[in-house]
Amino acid sequence: MAEQPLIFARGLVKRFGDFTAVDGIDLSVAPGEAFGFLGPNGAGKSSTMRMIGCVSLPTAGELRILGMDPARQGPAIRARLGVCPQLDNLDPDLTVEENLITYARYFGMPRGLARRRAAELLEFVRLADRAGGKVEPLSGGMKRRLTIARALVNEPDIVLLDEPTTGLDPQARHLLWERLFQLKRRGVTLVLTTHYMDEAEQLCDRLVVMDGGRIVAQGSPRALIAEHSTPEVVELRYGQESPAEVAVKLAGVGRRVDALPDRVLVYAEDGDAAAAQAHERGPAPASVLVRRSTLEDVFLHLTGRTLVD
Amino acid sequence: MTMMAAARVAGRAAGVSPGRVGAVIARNVGALRSGPAYWWVLLSGFFEPVLYLLSIGVGVGAMVGTIEAGGRVMSYAAFVAPAMLAVAAMSGALAETTFNFFFKVKYGRTFEAVLATPVRPVEIALGELGWAMIRGSVYTGAFIVLLVATGLSSVAGGLLAFPATMLVGVAFGALGMAASTLMRGWQDFDLMAAGQFALFLFSGTFSPVGDYPAAVRALVEALPLYHAVELVRGLTVGPGGWALAGHAGYLVVLAAGCLAVAARRLERLLCR
Repeated sequence: MAEQPLIFARGLVKRFGDFTAVDGIDLSVAPGEAFGFLGPNGAGKSSTMRMIGCVSLPTAGELRILGMDPARQGPAIRARLGVCPQLDNLDPDLTVEENLITYARYFGMPRGLARRRAAELLEFVRLADRAGGKVEPLSGGMKRRLTIARALVNEPDIVLLDEPTTGLDPQARHLLWERLFQLKRRGVTLVLTTHYMDEAEQLCDRLVVMDGGRIVAQGSPRALIAEHSTPEVVELRYGQESPAEVAVKLAGVGRRVDALPDRVLVYAEDGDAAAAQAHERGPAPASVLVRRSTLEDVFLHLTGRTLVD
Repeated sequence: MTMMAAARVAGRAAGVSPGRVGAVIARNVGALRSGPAYWWVLLSGFFEPVLYLLSIGVGVGAMVGTIEAGGRVMSYAAFVAPAMLAVAAMSGALAETTFNFFFKVKYGRTFEAVLATPVRPVEIALGELGWAMIRGSVYTGAFIVLLVATGLSSVAGGLLAFPATMLVGVAFGALGMAASTLMRGWQDFDLMAAGQFALFLFSGTFSPVGDYPAAVRALVEALPLYHAVELVRGLTVGPGGWALAGHAGYLVVLAAGCLAVAARRLERLLCR
């Protein structure tokens, strides 16, 4: 049998009154894939995730999760999903361990098994020493790790992570990425939303860029960069001159020149050569940085603006 | 109307998993396992009706002496005691399905997490209602023991009254839950508390409704605590008879209707 997509959507739409949050998107996620939704706030990522999580029904379009229909088989689908929401919704009345045990019971797991599973998972997310404590005193990173442990309690086929590292400090992010990477290696399908380019590059095999409820680009991080950007980018900052004025003078340097409010970006095959040309044509820059192209550049190119929170 | 509500409950109940309802109840047991905070909340609910029984039933009763109700003469304390039992069932269930339930819906986002699992909104409603009934039954069970010990109820009367208080708990639990899903914020709880206190004072609790003017009496007889008090009083001190079935029927319909509203509202609020 050909491998059936775990998540399949065609013409998926979500409307809230007059507002269209998701405006006709097509998706297909294969087993074992790490799939990302990239986009600014309000792009429709979370609404899409809620539909995939079967807590919000599509307004229109077709959606199949694990080959099932969310409208009719919601509980059966949710039994095989793990969900880590954007805002922690751990139970403040329960201890760390009891949060996991209670959650396992919602999946029909007997208490003894739930207890063993909770102990394993607390070990996995490095919270075993906090098992008997309350949730409230935990740091943001710890709460997120506990939420991820909770999402794994039913050994799900698909784990949905809505902005898993938003608001965490760098150490906490890296620990989380490392744990997610381990899950991926075990063959768990990950679906995540993020507005961090580095996160998408680190974790995702494939991603879609969403803007205004639509998908504006898709592919692997590398393919997206190859398609919508150049291998290297030169970032030029100037003292007095406005980036917009400088950009006019630099027209023709590299493959493309973009003016941002605080700097000029030159997209080029060869960054050093482009930087030298920019020196000749324009005023002397206050600083020059030649770097590899990233998803941020793809995003800028596709949506024509910097990411805003 | 009531038939439609009952049909809707039946429709929503299709495919309800007892295991998942049990897991929702187990969450509250988990809260008890997690430390003393919730124990204090539970304990505090027991004292209110006991204090009323002592102060009014026994204290005021000493001045009132005997009272005639339903064609029988009894001590004032014996008249008030079954009413306080019904009130204990009401308060226990309401405390759980109003303050606690509202917090879980609005602020704790507890149910949001639950709905990401196979559990459905109607199963949350049933589980929370089941827990409210258990909580109310702990109070009424203890209260019945107190009544039997002080001679205010016979053992048989107490045993008959216990299942009746469970029904009272379910009815008020469902009512509180439906109200919680309609509340905008904490300010609405003041209104609810006022309503609850009015019910408490005038539902034939401290004086027979037969003494009220006809219009007031009709109003009181339309309200739920009156039926709860009459049911419990009828089973403990009499008189029995078919009227009791009417009171029980009223409570069953109230429970079913409110449960349907609560499950539907919960779905509207959380599964957008």
